[in-house]
Amino acid sequence: MNEKYARITNDGLWNNNVVFAQMLALCPTLAVTSSATNGLGMGLATTAVLLLSNIIISSVRQLVSPEVRIPVYIVLIATLVTLVDMSLNAWAHELYKVLGLFIALIVVNCAILGRAEAFASKNGMVDSALDGLMMGVGFTLSLVVIGGVREIFGSGTLFANAHLLLGPAFSFLEMTIVPQYKGFLLMILPPGGFMVVGLLLAAKRVIDRRSAAKAAAMPSVATV
Amino acid sequence: MKLEELREKLVYQGLLLGGVALLTSAALAFASRATEADIKAAEAADLKQSLAQVLPGEYENDLLKDTVTLPGKEGEVLVYRGRRAGKVDAVVYQVIGHGYAGNIVCVMGVSREGKILGVRVINHKETPGLGDKIEPAKGDWIHDFEGKWLGEPGAAKWAVKKDGGVFDQFAGATITPRGVVNAVKGGLEFFEGNKTQLLDEAGTKP
Repeated sequence: MNEKYARITNDGLWNNNVVFAQMLALCPTLAVTSSATNGLGMGLATTAVLLLSNIIISSVRQLVSPEVRIPVYIVLIATLVTLVDMSLNAWAHELYKVLGLFIALIVVNCAILGRAEAFASKNGMVDSALDGLMMGVGFTLSLVVIGGVREIFGSGTLFANAHLLLGPAFSFLEMTIVPQYKGFLLMILPPGGFMVVGLLLAAKRVIDRRSAAKAAAMPSVATV
Repeated sequence: MKLEELREKLVYQGLLLGGVALLTSAALAFASRATEADIKAAEAADLKQSLAQVLPGEYENDLLKDTVTLPGKEGEVLVYRGRRAGKVDAVVYQVIGHGYAGNIVCVMGVSREGKILGVRVINHKETPGLGDKIEPAKGDWIHDFEGKWLGEPGAAKWAVKKDGGVFDQFAGATITPRGVVNAVKGGLEFFEGNKTQLLDEAGTKP
């Protein structure tokens, strides 16, 4: 049992990472990762929706005919996102002013439909909840890493304006990595996003290949 | 009949889709009802706050209630007026600039003499990290307008530096500040053109 949860966690965070393995959700990924803070905001909002949508869809999966599952899932996800949007606007207005832009983008995030289709429609509620959470955390980490790299090269800072997103207590995150930096605009513009995603993807492949080679060289360790 | 067989039926699928649509619309309608008042209240509080930012100091009346609507270049302009000793001492209104990604909605406060008391951007879709330095939280740029009027700098200098004016542009984003500068200039021209009504010189108390 624990092995299954460990596998779901591993899949979400690394092996089957939304951005770097499934190559899903690239549109919002490239669009919002001009800074680490933006990536974090988008990641957190997506995680919340992913968790809820996986729970709801796994709980109704028996009732939904396979032939009409896609429209049903889309309607459910879009409703969920709109509900989150409205309640944040009403009851957490300060947070909404920061995250509002990202929330509307989540509807078009194919990773959420992807998880509904690939996991939540076939597995129980607890497993699906964990899968949604871990996929979300993996997505958040990817966005923060991409945003961080682009921000450091593009404007010489890291987590700039984090206090707007997380509150003044988190202003310690804000760092100036390169003082007096003139800025390297290309990294902040969309082409920089493509380049950083490509390079990080290559890096992940290299790491995976090395660890696979290591595991093959030492089969006795791998089985322990 | 078992659920698996039932799911194959066309009628079931139609009813399922209809049912899901009905349920979700009901949920949305309910949520919209439940949040409407709070969203309005939050937006009114936002508006009051942004009015206070561009109109520093105390006024004797409730700005949200002392308003006048005048025809502007881009449709009707709703003007909020702040009074001191019965006279209109300052006015606040929205101006709309055309940015890189759609409209930039600004509010500007103008004193009786036609000087800018403050400008704030309240809504925009400019590129995060590039154009969003027009927000006071992310840059001091917007404060450059304070104290300026149509004669200072002169009409030709009311532009970003790239266009021969006095206002800074940002690295990588010229269109955004240009849009804001043009909008503010348009706002000042609107003030000059409608001074009598704006300042309520006829003396009609609302």
